Amino acid sequence: MAAVGERQISYDARGLAEPLAEAPRSAVVEDGVATFDARDLTTRTINLELRRLLYEEGVDEVVVQNPQGRHSLGVGILRRCKITFEGSLGYFACGLIDGPEIHVKGRVGWSACENMMSGVVVVDGNGGSLTGAALRGGDLVVTGRVGARTGIDQKGGTILVCGSVGSMTGFMMQRGRLIVCGDAGPGLGDSMYDGTIYVAGTVKSLGIDCVPGEWTDADTELIERKFRIYGLGSPPEFQKFVCGKVLYNYDSLEPAERKLVI
Amino acid sequence: MCGIAGIIYRDGAEHAIGDEMTRMLQSMKHRGPDSTGYALYGAPGNGALVMRYKLADANTPRDFDFEDRLRRHRFEVESRLAALGARIHEVDEETPYAFRVVFDYDGDLKLLADFVEDIPEAEVLSLGHSLEIVKDLGDAESVHEVYGLAKFKGTHGIGHVRMATESEVDIAGAHPYWAYPYSDVAVVHNGQLTNYFMWRRRLERAGRRFMSECDSEVIAVYLAEEMSKGATFEEAMRGSLDELDGVFTYIAVTKDELGVAKDELAAKPLVLYESDALVALASEEIAIRQIVDHEIDTYDPYEREVLVWQR
Repeated sequence: MAAVGERQISYDARGLAEPLAEAPRSAVVEDGVATFDARDLTTRTINLELRRLLYEEGVDEVVVQNPQGRHSLGVGILRRCKITFEGSLGYFACGLIDGPEIHVKGRVGWSACENMMSGVVVVDGNGGSLTGAALRGGDLVVTGRVGARTGIDQKGGTILVCGSVGSMTGFMMQRGRLIVCGDAGPGLGDSMYDGTIYVAGTVKSLGIDCVPGEWTDADTELIERKFRIYGLGSPPEFQKFVCGKVLYNYDSLEPAERKLVI
Repeated sequence: MCGIAGIIYRDGAEHAIGDEMTRMLQSMKHRGPDSTGYALYGAPGNGALVMRYKLADANTPRDFDFEDRLRRHRFEVESRLAALGARIHEVDEETPYAFRVVFDYDGDLKLLADFVEDIPEAEVLSLGHSLEIVKDLGDAESVHEVYGLAKFKGTHGIGHVRMATESEVDIAGAHPYWAYPYSDVAVVHNGQLTNYFMWRRRLERAGRRFMSECDSEVIAVYLAEEMSKGATFEEAMRGSLDELDGVFTYIAVTKDELGVAKDELAAKPLVLYESDALVALASEEIAIRQIVDHEIDTYDPYEREVLVWQR
């Protein structure tokens, strides 16, 4: 194991990390695939290079080598393309994207694919907490395990976790599907409004207003289709959880309001 | 927000943990630019004790009498150590206000710490056979340079970058905290404790002292109290999950062990890397990648997990 101490983060007079940056233009394009090494680049220059290739050069496929767990990589990409990160990413990876097909050959940190609109993200390793927070659409597949509050505030799309998930998974989920092949921590689906959670392993405890749902053919079709697309073999048996809707009080009035109506 | 990090080598041999911890902490500067602290474990030098203490804060107003007072207080510390029968081997002046003393002493550590801290503005930062706590204002690289941590070799250590939310930005409020008066135990914490005042009053009645207004100090003192009642390090940490309220991920260390505990909501981050050679953990993977240059497999522990490793 070698030390990596030589590279230093540079700060400007105000103590801010590299305030102004330009795309390094270091990518090599071969057969329509652009490749660049992120080892000596900073978060900002990696993203600038990525955007330059995708928007200026019109490249459809980019390979980023040595991302080294840096934060906020691959965010805000709003076109169909293919991106491969050959290594782990840090916090806020691939957030706010609309369209790309991303393969992360490593892990992701907290809040991966936050507010993703469409596209596909496949993570080979584990995920941090808040994975797929406020996901709006598309597929997010994590091969390993993820931390707490996966799919918090999920508003659409599908999150598929091959390993286990931590506490408060699907917290305040509003729509979409959350498929967990491993075990789920305490407070599963706490305060969910709608959507469906599938768990193959054990559930430590259900959150408030999360109840077992009735299995239909549509559920079988969905699970089998997703497993087929991502080559995950034959699916295990899942339990289904939905919102019990006992917290639905949209039509009832507050005591003060009731007086006004009467 | 704060960032925490820890590293422990499984072979028990000495490594450049001063440098490695600095690289880990510097990469997390964005999590806490106010102050940086280290609790490092060197080789225990044939039974001698190492004490790190300070006589002023980095931002104490430098009045007319300041230097003279430091000189008098420093002399007072050394004469009080001698009065207790300690044989001083070496005294290092790390900064004008922070000192490192190595001495032989086989009496009561609480008595010694209390006697030193009775001197105005004196605070014992750490006391133990191999533990050394270094903390000061600024980022990791500046503390590393001022305190000459490049030459520090050891078996394990923890570190902290602080973004102050609950108390003053000064050395007293910086982590790690020594588990007064328990030798060789220290803690770094990321989070907030909501039953801090209850525990502080309870522990003060039990004879423990607090040197800051920082809620994290209560964890170190709590662990010391439980261990002095006979709990093992791991038992004390497990007990803290039920006894301490709030959100926390903390890393605690003894001369042979390094442990981490997470609250029941898993509200604060921690990334863990285990290999045959070492265990490294930090708030963000980017910190671990500063000391391991190849792709690694890391994961986030779940809620209410307590994990302990031996060196």
